[in-house]
Amino acid sequence: MTRTTARLALALAATSAAVAITGHAAGLQQQPPAVSLTITGEPGALPRYAVPDFIALSRDADTLEAARTIGQVLWDDLNFEREFDMIPRDTYASIPAARSLAAVPFDRWRELGADALLMGTVERRGDAFRVEVRLFGVKQKQAAYNREFTAAVTNPRFVAHTIADEIFQTQLALRGVARTKIAFVSDRDGEPLTGTVESRVVKEVYICDYDGANQRRLTTNHTLNINPTWSPDARSIAYTSYRRGIPDIFISNIYQGTMENPLRSRWEENFLPVWSPDGTKIAFQSNRDGNAEIYVMNRDGSGIRRVTNHPMSDTTPTWSPSGNQLAFTSNRSGSPQIYVVDVDGLNLRLMTRESYCDRATWSPAPYNEIAYAARTGSGFDVIVLDVATRERRQLTFGEGSNESPAFAANGRHVVFSSTRSGREQLYTIERTGKDVRPLTKIGNNKTPDWSK
Amino acid sequence: MRIRWALSGLFILVTLLALSAGACTKKTPVTRPLPPPPPPPVAAAPTKPPAPAEPVKEPVVVPAAPITEDKVGAMTLDDINRSSPLKPVFFGYDSADISSDAQRILDANADVLKKNSTWVITVEGHCDERGTAEYNLALGERRAGAARAYLVSLGIAGDRIRTVSYGKEFPFDPAHTEEAWAKNRRGHFVVTQK
Repeated sequence: MTRTTARLALALAATSAAVAITGHAAGLQQQPPAVSLTITGEPGALPRYAVPDFIALSRDADTLEAARTIGQVLWDDLNFEREFDMIPRDTYASIPAARSLAAVPFDRWRELGADALLMGTVERRGDAFRVEVRLFGVKQKQAAYNREFTAAVTNPRFVAHTIADEIFQTQLALRGVARTKIAFVSDRDGEPLTGTVESRVVKEVYICDYDGANQRRLTTNHTLNINPTWSPDARSIAYTSYRRGIPDIFISNIYQGTMENPLRSRWEENFLPVWSPDGTKIAFQSNRDGNAEIYVMNRDGSGIRRVTNHPMSDTTPTWSPSGNQLAFTSNRSGSPQIYVVDVDGLNLRLMTRESYCDRATWSPAPYNEIAYAARTGSGFDVIVLDVATRERRQLTFGEGSNESPAFAANGRHVVFSSTRSGREQLYTIERTGKDVRPLTKIGNNKTPDWSK
Repeated sequence: MRIRWALSGLFILVTLLALSAGACTKKTPVTRPLPPPPPPPVAAAPTKPPAPAEPVKEPVVVPAAPITEDKVGAMTLDDINRSSPLKPVFFGYDSADISSDAQRILDANADVLKKNSTWVITVEGHCDERGTAEYNLALGERRAGAARAYLVSLGIAGDRIRTVSYGKEFPFDPAHTEEAWAKNRRGHFVVTQK
């Protein structure tokens, strides 16, 4: 038996080591893009952007498809932050398609009202695309952004996301979120849970791009997995899994294919892991001392420290962006409310006085806001609270039950789950409450977290 | 049933060994990765030639190794659990209090456990859908804990009773009605060893 075990472990270790090398080599390299011009709109108006299909320099089907995809995805990405006035793509038909980046009919684009024109070419080079892209100031007839990439043929969307984030950075000094991802839990496979005589379905951790594309299953343990959260470097996901019967915290290193189980619980139930902003620590909820309290541990499970101490339940922690404070839920006043406490357990403050609040999430700078789910009737709505002024802003208004908000890396968007279309699905919404976008459609999807 | 526990123990061992072996072999996964790239500075001349083509490649996601299911010896326990020898107890809204009805059920369950003195059980704490997914984990924990404490007070050894909270993840009745919610606020008993 021992020999078999050792052999299997070695085989698994060899497999994951091989994968790790691939994952490491696949990292994105960055060089500063060349920028000279900030494109502005008419006085008092946002700059108007046009993004036509990229020019396919090769005639194979993959290249033609990629040229269309990159243009469309870029338009969507640039539209997401509402900082550009995006000219609808179906109005470009009257302008003859350019054959190269050297012959651009600027006057025609000017007639359409464009301040900025984002154009590019795609050329097939074996298993890769060579993508060249320029952002032109239409009035100036001058390039504001000028880049070349090579990219795998398999995912042209990622090239578009990279370009969009660079344009946000160089034109607006704004951190775009086009390359960020969302982790969540789904029962979409409808796979029956074994080891129970009741009718239950497994729930696995899934991830997708910020816009809902590329949805894929991450865990494959055929049990219940809940509440995934991203490490700050977006390379690991912590979650609670019932794979060993007891709910315990697991960490999947998603580009290595490895997994960690830092606490190796024997009987105690460990829930709701959340990463400190520097990625070295994890706050979580555990009943190891008899009832639900908040704890902080090092990522490897060492140095466990208790933060709260109350006979009622202390649950659902989240970190402040500084890493000095935690917000959490407690029913110590009789109903679940949001509290903030210093990480050393001192300086406890009650933040909410509503009928029922839970799942706080703290926005990154420049905002200092806590979003949470609050009962507003028969269901929940997403509320945003300004930590300094205590001003309260409601984002959803009873369209089904809205739960589990999580902020995007730039603090400008929130992802949450809602039953507005029947089953539980994920949506994104701006921090102002505008622009609700559905992310999922299949099965039930819940408890999202947005990578930083 | 010992076989089942031994086997599942073995699977856990295999997984943990694989993990620790993987971590030792590579040393990469637990170390901190490269810091994010610095924000690109604004460059000077527009006439400058474009930067050379650079690779833009997304890392490939690799799922963690699956755990194989252990089905050996599962049938008999399933047969026991299908006959529900231990009856469920029900709770009030947002409450983990053991009502007098629940006491009567737990008294009967304690008798069954005394007659079957080798049984080891898990008390599952469940909630209705009206609370949040996160807070319900603690509520389910309190419910399972309250049922366990009552059984222990009747003389059942604590090491025979494990507790697990499922929050609102596994409703007994998926309907969105008062009747369904009442059924879903429950402590559910599972015989895990006989």
